[in-house]
Amino acid sequence: MSERSESRAGLLELDDLSVTYRIASGEVPAVRGVSLTLDSGAALGVAGESGSGKSTLAMALLRLLPRDARVGGRILLDGEDVLTMKWGRMRAVRWAEASIVFQGAQHGLNPVRKIGDQVAEPLLVHGQARPEAARKRVAELLDQVGLPTWRARSYPHELSGGQRQRVMIAMALACSPRLIIADEPTTALDVMVQAQVLTLIKDLVAENGISLIMISHDLSVLADVCDRLAVMYAGRIVEQGPSGEVFHDAKHPYSKALAAAFPTVGDPAARLAPKGLGGDPPDPMQLPTGCSFHPRCPVALDECATLDVELWPAGERRTAACVHVRAKEEAS
Amino acid sequence: MTETQATKEKVSTAGQNLLEARDLHVEFVARGRRARAVDGVNLSIGEGEIVALVGESGCGKTTLARTLLGLERPTSGEVRYGGTALDYGSKALKAYRRQVQLVLQDPTGSLNPRHTVYEAVAEGPRIHGLADEETAVATALSRAGLRPPERFFLRYPHELSGGQRQRVVIAGALALNPHVLVADEPVASLDASVRGEILALMLKLRADLGLSALVVTHDLGLAWNIADRVAVMYLGRIVESGPVEQVLTAPRHPYTQALMSVLPESPERVVLTGEPPDPTRIPGGCRFHARCQVLASGKAAEAGVDGKCRSEPLDVLPAVPGAQAACHYADVAG
Ligand SMILES: Nc1ncnc2c1ncn2[C@@H]1O[C@H](COP(=O)(O)OP(=O)(O)OP(=O)(O)O)[C@@H](O)[C@H]1O
Ligand SMILES: Nc1ncnc2c1ncn2[C@@H]1O[C@H](COP(=O)(O)OP(=O)(O)OP(=O)(O)O)[C@@H](O)[C@H]1O
Ligand code: SF4
Ligand code: SF4
Ligand SMILES: [Mg+2]
Ligand SMILES: [Mg+2]
Repeated sequence: MSERSESRAGLLELDDLSVTYRIASGEVPAVRGVSLTLDSGAALGVAGESGSGKSTLAMALLRLLPRDARVGGRILLDGEDVLTMKWGRMRAVRWAEASIVFQGAQHGLNPVRKIGDQVAEPLLVHGQARPEAARKRVAELLDQVGLPTWRARSYPHELSGGQRQRVMIAMALACSPRLIIADEPTTALDVMVQAQVLTLIKDLVAENGISLIMISHDLSVLADVCDRLAVMYAGRIVEQGPSGEVFHDAKHPYSKALAAAFPTVGDPAARLAPKGLGGDPPDPMQLPTGCSFHPRCPVALDECATLDVELWPAGERRTAACVHVRAKEEAS
Repeated sequence: MTETQATKEKVSTAGQNLLEARDLHVEFVARGRRARAVDGVNLSIGEGEIVALVGESGCGKTTLARTLLGLERPTSGEVRYGGTALDYGSKALKAYRRQVQLVLQDPTGSLNPRHTVYEAVAEGPRIHGLADEETAVATALSRAGLRPPERFFLRYPHELSGGQRQRVVIAGALALNPHVLVADEPVASLDASVRGEILALMLKLRADLGLSALVVTHDLGLAWNIADRVAVMYLGRIVESGPVEQVLTAPRHPYTQALMSVLPESPERVVLTGEPPDPTRIPGGCRFHARCQVLASGKAAEAGVDGKCRSEPLDVLPAVPGAQAACHYADVAG
C-alpha cells in the first residue's frame, strides 16, 4: 500500500471538529475534537466501536446532520469551508464532489420506484444527462457494481440486501464524485459480495483517483482497502497511521482489542471462544474522566483516570493517545 | 479428516432434532417469473445446537429462515418443530413464535421509530402476557449488552447508534426466553468488541438454558466462533454441510472453497465473478457450474466429471450431521 507524500494539499481537512446532539435529557457530545487530513486520491479508513461517532463524523462532512446537532471546528473541502457554504453550493457539492453511501441506506430505497429510475435521478436532477444518456449511464453503473442490466426494471423488494447495497454504491458513483464517503459499505454482505465490492471500491480509488473515507468496525476490511487508518473511541481519534502498521502492530490498547476481535478461521484458540472487550461501551453523556478508555483498559495506570490524553507521536506518521506511547516517545 | 473426529463431532452435536426443514421449497412470482428462492432444503437443528447458515447474498438464507419461523408458507415440503409439522393456525403460530424467536438482519427496519426501547422490548412479553414485564425487559437489555438497562428505557431508536439499535432487537428476541433463536446476521452491524460479547452470550445461553440457534451469516469467522455445524447455501440449496471443524478447515465443495479463499488471511483469492445467481434462472446440471473454478480450470475434466457438471443435477443433501458436499468432483476426488 503506497503512502502518499505529506506535502500534497489535502482534499479534505478537519480541524478540531466537534458535534453535539441535543436531546430531551441533555447533550450528547458524539464527536469531540477530530483533526485529520485526507490527501487527494487517498483512502482513509475510520474504525471504532458502535456509538463512537463514526457516522456522525461522516454526516457532518456534508452537513447532513439533524437540526438539533451543533457542529464546531472547521471542515475544508478542497479549500472551501463546508460549514459556512451556502445551501445551493452545498447541494451541488453533495453530488458532484462528494457523495455518501449511508449505513443501512439500502433500506431507504423508494419501494414503489424501479431501481433504474432511482439510480438515474441524480443524473437528471443535476442536469448532467438527458433521459436517453441517463439510461445508458444507469446500465453502465449497474454493470460496474455487478448487477445485470435488467435489474434496472426491478423494484427494491425484489432484491436481496446485498443487491440493494450495490444499487446504493451505483447511486453514489452516478455523478462521478471526487470523494466517496462509505459508511459500513460491506457490513451485512456475504464474504463473496464483500470481496467484490471491496475490489470495486479499490479499483475506483486506484483508477479514477477518487478519494475515499471508509467506515467500518472491521479493521481487516479497512486495512485491505485503505492507505491510512484512524481508530475512534468515544468521539475522538485514539490512533492514526498507515493501515498495515495499525492493523498488525497497534499502539493503543483499544485498537489492539479491535484488531484481535476478528478470529482467524482454523485457529484452535478462537474455536467456540469469541473474543470481546470487557466492560461497557462509554455513555457519551457521562464520559469517564481522564482517558475515556480507562475503565476498560487492560493496561491502565493510576494516572489514566485523571490524565489529559492527546495524540502523541507513535512512530513515523503515526500517533496514539495513550500514556504508554508518550512514555516511549519521551524515553527515546 | 479422520473418522474418529467425525464420530466425536456427531456425539457432541446430535441432540434431539428440534427444528427441521424437510424438502422445503419456497417460490415467489415476480413480474411473471418464478423465483425458486428455496429450492429443496433438508436441515435440522438439534436441541442445544448452534447451526450456521452461510452463503451468498440472494441465495435464499432469509427466505429459509423466515419459512422456519412460519412467517412464510412453503410452496412444498414442511417445517417440523419438536417432531410435528408446523400448524399455521393463528393460535398455534403464536405459541410457536414464543419458542422460536427471530432476530432480524435490519435493526432500523424492525424497530418502530415512535416506540421507546422499553416499548420495543416489552412487546413480546406483553403479547404473551408475561408477568413482571419490567424485569424481563431489563434482563433482556443487559443480556444484550445495553447496560445499565434503565439508561435505555426511554430512548427512541433515532437516539441510538446503529449497533445499539441492533442490540435492542436482540433484547426483544431474548425477552421471551425462547428455545430457538433464528438470527439473521445478528452481529453484522455490531462493533468488534460487542460482537464478541453477543456471541459469547449465545454460547452462554446455550450452556445455561440449552438454547438452540440457527445463525444466518456471511461471516465464516462467526461460524468458527460459535457454531457446531455449518450449512453452505447456494442458489436455494445447501451444497455443503457438516461439523464446523471439518467443513471450514477442509472444504470439499468448490463454492465453499471460494468463500474461504476471500477471507483476509487467505493467500490465494478466488473472487467469483460472472452473473450473480438468479433464482428465476437456475442453471441445469450442477447449479454452480457457470461460476465453478474447478470446472473452469479443467480439473473437473481431468477427473472426467465435466460432462456431469454441465448436465446432471445433484441430489438434495439429506439432513445428516456428518460432512457432505453436493459436487460431482468431490464425489470422485474425495
Ligand atoms: N440524532 C441523534 N440524536 C441524539 N444522539 C445521537 C443521534 N445520532 C447519534 N447519536 C448518539 O451519538 C453517538 C454517536 O453515534 P454514531 O451513529 O455516530 O455512532 P457510530 O460510530 O456510527 O456507531 P455504529 O457503529 O453503531 O453505527 C451515539 O452515542 C449515539 O447514541
Ligand atoms: N417477496 C419476494 N418476491 C420476489 N422475489 C423475492 C422475494 N423475496 C426474496 N426474493 C428473491 O429470492 C432470493 C432470495 O432472497 P433472500 O432475501 O432469501 O436472500 P438472502 O440469502 O437472505 O440474501 P442477503 O444475504 O442479501 O440477505 C433473491 O434472489 C430475492 O431477489
Ligand atoms: S492512557 Fe491509560 S487508560 Fe488510556 S489507553 Fe493508555 S493505558 Fe489505557
Ligand atoms: S459439480 Fe462440477 S460444477 Fe458443480 S461444484 Fe462440483 S465441480 Fe463444480
Ligand atoms: Mg454508524
Ligand atoms: Mg438475507
